[in-house]
Amino acid sequence: MEPKVLLTAARMAVMIRRMAYELYENYTDFDNTAIIGLQPRGTIFAKRVHGMLTEISGNKNIPFGELDVTFHRDDFRRGNEPLTPNINSMNFIIEGKRVILMDDVLYTGRSVRAAMDALTAYGRPSKVELAALIDRRYSRELPIEPDYTGEAVDTRANDKVKVEWQEKNGNDCVWLLTVEGNK
Amino acid sequence: MSSLSTRHLLGIKQISDADIRLIFETADNFKAVINRPIKKVPSLRDITIANLFFENSTRTRVSFELAEKRLSADVVNFSSSSSSVSKGETLIDTVKNILSMKVDMVVMRHPKPGAHLFLSKHIDAQIINAGDGTHEHPTQALLDAFSIREKLGDVAGKKVVIVGDILHSRVALSNILCLQKLGAEVMVCGPTTLIPKYIHELGVKVEYDLRKALNWCDVANMLRIQLERQDIKYFPSLREYSLQYGLTLDILNGLDKEITIMHPGPINRGVEITSEVADSEHSIILQQVENGVAIRMAVMYLLAGQVG
Repeated sequence: MEPKVLLTAARMAVMIRRMAYELYENYTDFDNTAIIGLQPRGTIFAKRVHGMLTEISGNKNIPFGELDVTFHRDDFRRGNEPLTPNINSMNFIIEGKRVILMDDVLYTGRSVRAAMDALTAYGRPSKVELAALIDRRYSRELPIEPDYTGEAVDTRANDKVKVEWQEKNGNDCVWLLTVEGNK
Repeated sequence: MSSLSTRHLLGIKQISDADIRLIFETADNFKAVINRPIKKVPSLRDITIANLFFENSTRTRVSFELAEKRLSADVVNFSSSSSSVSKGETLIDTVKNILSMKVDMVVMRHPKPGAHLFLSKHIDAQIINAGDGTHEHPTQALLDAFSIREKLGDVAGKKVVIVGDILHSRVALSNILCLQKLGAEVMVCGPTTLIPKYIHELGVKVEYDLRKALNWCDVANMLRIQLERQDIKYFPSLREYSLQYGLTLDILNGLDKEITIMHPGPINRGVEITSEVADSEHSIILQQVENGVAIRMAVMYLLAGQVG
């Protein structure tokens, strides 16, 4: 595998700022709009955008949640090992709210399907939108597309996109790991 | 990512402390699930589970059934009183007939110790022990330890006394093994006739005086006297047992510290525990029942993840 930098920390910061402004332009009023990050890796991205939105809008009460989709996945018993769940943290009712789901990488779309399923356990949102930092185009297995994208990239099926965050890995960076022979 | 080291849950004896911790971490998540507006997840939607109860049960059976339904499994219930067992069918035949209808997992309670181990050698389905005679009741021990962890933060280093009919109690044996694996100190307390002769070989303390035992412990688990399993008299009368080993508010208030009271149910109010104690703030009896569903969901989720 030969790692290649897809996004540097500076580019990521610009993108997160741009996406926050896009959301602000579309929603303006955030009292009834919740930002929800998908566990385990989408929550850091969601937290950054949420922080930026708080700064831009001056609204300190934008609802923020962390959603774990483990029990709603469709690959249970199809992998080798049971999936280890993460914490769900949703301290508000979703009923009637507009929800923006956030994940770091959108690939097959299966996590997002599971997330929409998991979301209904907390009520019926009035609208659900999807934001992804990295959109791996042309690799969807379900009819799911992002409403907000940081960067769209073309990858092969056995490539890997790895997102590193300051909070978890010490610095921000997005890597593309290409398997030998895939050019 | 991790998984259990075993295919079946036959007893606490067969699982490791890492398994227990994994079950607890998973149960934390399921406890959150069952406290949501919609208490159901679709994880086990393609699994069929048979609940085979060859012995009476209310709590355990309802708890398992709720856990199965909240995981979206298909459930078949069976009890021996209304079945062909009374027509002379053997255990293996009964279970094989049920399994030929494509059942993935069996939750079984049986009056004979070791029935589950025996069955696991003859059938392919995964087996969860919901109580085998006077031997083990692993999910009860798991939910008891989980409740202690929830109330006191950790099980390691805690002192737990199990009071009552130790001789006939599967809850006692499973609890001793589970608590010890998690690093707790365990004591048993009861009339000499109801304490097994070689129990100290399990590494537990033995005490015959209830007050001394309670002064030693952080948690007291009060067991029911299992009259249905006692073929001879082990003590003169229930009244006398109650006077010697019944937990009252007076005894609790006379201790020099606060202790937590548990009971696996069903309670015989006024025998091993008075109503005032059972309903007091010291008691976590109803929390145990709630945790039972989360623990059983975790066990079935982790075991089912290995199928297929």
